[in-house]
Amino acid sequence: MAKIKGAIIVNTERCKGCNLCVVACPSKVLALQPQKVNNKGYHYAFMQNPDDCIGCASCGIVCPDGCISVYKVKL
Amino acid sequence: MDINEIIKPENLVYSKPTLLNDNTMHYCPGCSHGVVHKLIAEIVEEMGMTQDTIAVSPVGCAVFAYNYVDVDWIEAAHGRAPAVATAAKRLNPNKLVFTYQGDGDLAAIGTAETIHACNRGENITIIFINNGIYGMTGGQMAPTTLEGMVTATCPYGRTPELNGYPLHISELVAKLAGACYVTRQSVHNVAAIRKAKKAIRQGFENSMAKKGTSLIEIVSTCNTGWKMSPDKANAWMEEHMFAEYPMGDLKNV
Repeated sequence: MAKIKGAIIVNTERCKGCNLCVVACPSKVLALQPQKVNNKGYHYAFMQNPDDCIGCASCGIVCPDGCISVYKVKL
Repeated sequence: MDINEIIKPENLVYSKPTLLNDNTMHYCPGCSHGVVHKLIAEIVEEMGMTQDTIAVSPVGCAVFAYNYVDVDWIEAAHGRAPAVATAAKRLNPNKLVFTYQGDGDLAAIGTAETIHACNRGENITIIFINNGIYGMTGGQMAPTTLEGMVTATCPYGRTPELNGYPLHISELVAKLAGACYVTRQSVHNVAAIRKAKKAIRQGFENSMAKKGTSLIEIVSTCNTGWKMSPDKANAWMEEHMFAEYPMGDLKNV
């Protein structure tokens, strides 16, 4: 079976740290930054376990602000 | 595999639609409005109508929708969006005309305009965001507020003796001969968002095919007004809102 790997880029300045992408991710890849904040003071989302990403785009679809771009490759 | 090898333009599977511009939205974190704006931008782009769309924005949180979705917008007086859209569509029958309204705008002050536009069978699409509260003005009771729900103006919960019952606009409109498509959707998870996208697309296609008025109600959250975190608000909506406002098509002819 072809293995799939994904990755995302978060537009950190646009992100409002609403946590919806973290809840939507089926492989528990995402988390909110525990310490760092963006210029508006929000704890933005980032890939905590980047190796588990399958590029399903769930995070991007639920993101209300359209901050997430999803990339996917078949190995 | 290195992350930089995955992040290449040819591997892109999902990103913000280009019709949704780079202005940061003024909505609260986790607001359902953003998802619906994104769906509209995607659909208008897919239909190739970017130059031929006239949208009408309401009074309410979505009043600034014209700052975010890059199509032509008209800002209507409170509740009068279906009346403005009627004129826009009658004068420009080849344009895609839709209104984007919340429950305070459409179900309270604009009930008459909504019902008459639907009854005349105007070839417009009405997108109705129902979160059961007046979000912009600080979380007051709306006609769609659930029984027992606590808001700023019913701090002990809505009681039917004092405040009446929740208003089901979609059920009302579904009875009207001019309405061709009435559906109730939500945008709380991926599957629901995909279904809502299909529903909005069908509404837009109906209005271009001159079949009559389409009303797409989107049951959504107002996490600030409900005083919950965005994910808790989604769970609360699934538990309480869906019991009062069941999902699915009410009319499709």
